[in-house]
Amino acid sequence: MRARPAEYELAAPGTLSAVLSLLAQEPGEWLPIAGGTDVMVQYSAGRLPSRKLVSIWNLPELRRIETIGGKICIGAGCTYADLCDHDIVRREFSLLASAARWTGGVANQNRGTIGGNIVNASPAGDSLPALMVYDADLILVSAKGRRSASYSDFHTGYRKTRLAPDELVESISLDRRFSGYYAHARKVGARHAQAISKVCFAALGQLADGVVDDVRLAMGSVAPVPLRLSETERLVKGHRIEPELMRLASRTAAAEIRPIDDIRSTARYRAAVAGNLVAEFLERLSVRGRTI
Amino acid sequence: MIEPPQSHTKCEISFQVNGKLVAVRAYPMERLLDVLREELGLTGTKEGCGEGECGSCSVLMDGVLVNSCLVPALQAKGVNITTVEGLAEDERLHALQQAFLDCGGAQCGICTPGMILAALHLLGKKPQPTMEDIREGLSGNLCRCTGYAQIIEAVAEVGRRGIAG
Repeated sequence: MRARPAEYELAAPGTLSAVLSLLAQEPGEWLPIAGGTDVMVQYSAGRLPSRKLVSIWNLPELRRIETIGGKICIGAGCTYADLCDHDIVRREFSLLASAARWTGGVANQNRGTIGGNIVNASPAGDSLPALMVYDADLILVSAKGRRSASYSDFHTGYRKTRLAPDELVESISLDRRFSGYYAHARKVGARHAQAISKVCFAALGQLADGVVDDVRLAMGSVAPVPLRLSETERLVKGHRIEPELMRLASRTAAAEIRPIDDIRSTARYRAAVAGNLVAEFLERLSVRGRTI
Repeated sequence: MIEPPQSHTKCEISFQVNGKLVAVRAYPMERLLDVLREELGLTGTKEGCGEGECGSCSVLMDGVLVNSCLVPALQAKGVNITTVEGLAEDERLHALQQAFLDCGGAQCGICTPGMILAALHLLGKKPQPTMEDIREGLSGNLCRCTGYAQIIEAVAEVGRRGIAG
């Protein structure tokens, strides 16, 4: 380990309001730490941007899942295991449940949190494409109060978000209107477990009279931010899924992503995979997508 | 000018380890792994990668499997930790330890404590796991010797006999 523990402070005030007042006193000075699956890795490597940390692990205010009307509200401190264990998440938000099951091994699923995945803002975060296609809203909280922010443009650049220095993500609000959609998730990595994604993909679709009535596609690890494939969606919507459309959709997807070469893969490979994943989804949607 | 890093003081952190209440003086950002090994002398918990990828530092925290290299000591305040040292009763090995021996599930031994704790956590949730459950339950624990087959067999054996306790 490269870090010297004596040089770091860690506060654990134990309640959300106490954490928020600490953040308000010195905005940007305190780095929140939940389950530590990202923060502790950076810490051990001596790469942590702050020497003052505040624990938000297991704060009861952040660790609950509630259904309110047609929405489900997931506390940002819920772990991947919490998501996998929740009936409604499993039944109606299968893309999120799959992503939770693919993230790390069991020990990391028991500690890694959905809020952590969002604010860590890695383009490879497995749950992020699912949140994009489910049209998530984030509830952000500070000592001054709450505000709601659309998740669709929350990531503004590589590891950058719209979160203010005195704010925390309190919860994620998801509309239950997609429960009838055909849902398809894929993670492409070096091995099945414990691998960081080369490409991850979440897709929802619905057919009406054999025509694509609605489609929502998002990918991770193919751009500086998790990316909604808007051009591919526009191309496909309102059409019958036929081989020519699938080929065109593949090409559009491969062209609208902005992949790079890095330690896990190459831009060329990622573009090829992105195209194939879109084609695979459309093929399955054409067979299994519910017709209304 | 860069300020020299400030040195903070240790704090007292108490928690239970293997059923026994302990109090240690540690820096709050010390890793639980180091507290267990260096302060408490419980060297059964191993360090492999130190970044949550290999599972050799797995312990149970309030019955839940975690990588102790990723837990700051302060977050262990008031919890109940189980390490591999807490499994045997006197001279009698835990059923999982015995099964690992019987099936050849341990070679160099570095991954073994973590494997056993991951298996214990799995059997707590699924007392009769399928092969697929076992593979998934142990997927965060890497072994570079056995090829996994004997490890999986050891866990399956305990599941079949319903003796995880």
